[in-house]
Amino acid sequence: MAIEVRIPTILRTYTDGQKAVEGKGDTLADLIDDLDSRHAGLKGRLITEQGGLHRFVNVYVNDEDVRFLGALETKLADGDSVTVLPAVAGGAERPARAAVTAGGSF
Amino acid sequence: MRFDSLLESVGRTPLVGLPRLSPSPEVRLWAKMESANPTGSVKDRAALAMVAKAEAEGLLRPGVTVLEPTSGNTGISLAMACRLRGYRLICVMPENTSVERRQLLTMYGAEIVTSPAAGGSNQAVAVAKQLSAENPDWVMLYQYGNPANAQAHYDTTGPEILEDLPTITHFVAGLGTTGTLMGTGRYLREKVPGVRIVAAEPRYGELVYGLRNIDEGFIPELYDGSVLSSRFSVGPREALRRTRQLVEEEGIFAGISTGAILHAAIGEAMKAVKAGERADIAFVVCDGGWKYLSTGAYAGTLEEAESALEGQLWA
Repeated sequence: MAIEVRIPTILRTYTDGQKAVEGKGDTLADLIDDLDSRHAGLKGRLITEQGGLHRFVNVYVNDEDVRFLGALETKLADGDSVTVLPAVAGGAERPARAAVTAGGSF
Repeated sequence: MRFDSLLESVGRTPLVGLPRLSPSPEVRLWAKMESANPTGSVKDRAALAMVAKAEAEGLLRPGVTVLEPTSGNTGISLAMACRLRGYRLICVMPENTSVERRQLLTMYGAEIVTSPAAGGSNQAVAVAKQLSAENPDWVMLYQYGNPANAQAHYDTTGPEILEDLPTITHFVAGLGTTGTLMGTGRYLREKVPGVRIVAAEPRYGELVYGLRNIDEGFIPELYDGSVLSSRFSVGPREALRRTRQLVEEEGIFAGISTGAILHAAIGEAMKAVKAGERADIAFVVCDGGWKYLSTGAYAGTLEEAESALEGQLWA
């Protein structure tokens, strides 16, 4: 049973730079264990020591947020698509100096 | 309808049926036309409520500097309000937002501080927080954490929708500051047993998710997941396809984030059809398409439009 998992840029160090990997599992927790067996360390970035999803990690099964399905116990089926994304307000990368541009007459 | 000034004309927007996109007479879609607000977006509600609250608290006096991280619409709403009230406004805005938004802000007299494209809104928030710390006399209204944002929707958007659509079963809106969903969602949950509150979250290109590490992630302080029934991630292809469908089939010329919301709303409609249940699904038309013409979203094929949007903050 193959499930495609899309990996965000920030976690591709664990997947040899691959954007998407395949895995298997009846639940999201099983899938993450399966991925970790080939991409060691990935699980530690997705799941906290307390055993829940990391606060700033969002996982979607067929575009639906798993926190509103069954979280790590969300059931998976062959052909499902899983997407992992960091929680952003429209993104962030590096701190940079802000530049004030022209505007207004004050 | 007559108002004493533009500021007072916010809200009470039309709720418009979608006879062609609704799958059946039992499963209906309704557009809450927030594009009909004074500056053309849903953000007028939150912006004016935040200004009114700060005024009531004595934080704002003529000549004071207001600061806000915004990818555009909130800035435009604030710029209009600040112009009329005599405040100076500085918007911190990612550089990958459309040129129309910048021109509108400048026209209203706002100053723009640019944050890096690769930073997206997270970076705009970070830059604004830093500026706020360096300039303690400036007032940051902070839409991501200001309870007046969600309260505006609890007090107005929610009651308006329920009054126009007492048979509502679903409310679908975009997830940005989360104010629309938190406020409207809480109100509807109190009044309508079993109502589903559904979030549509824009999924951008990879550039936007280029954090250096997971702990740089950001969740708006207003966000409370318990208000939501489900949350969908919608990519640019689906958002564009639905945006075009909305104008072609129903005549509504909306911005791209509205396409993402419509996609989630149609998904819910299809589930209701499959389950044989009736549904009245209200969704938010956040703004009109005017400000996004330069993005290429409305020209050429879907493929061309999608590639034109890559790397842009389209919602």
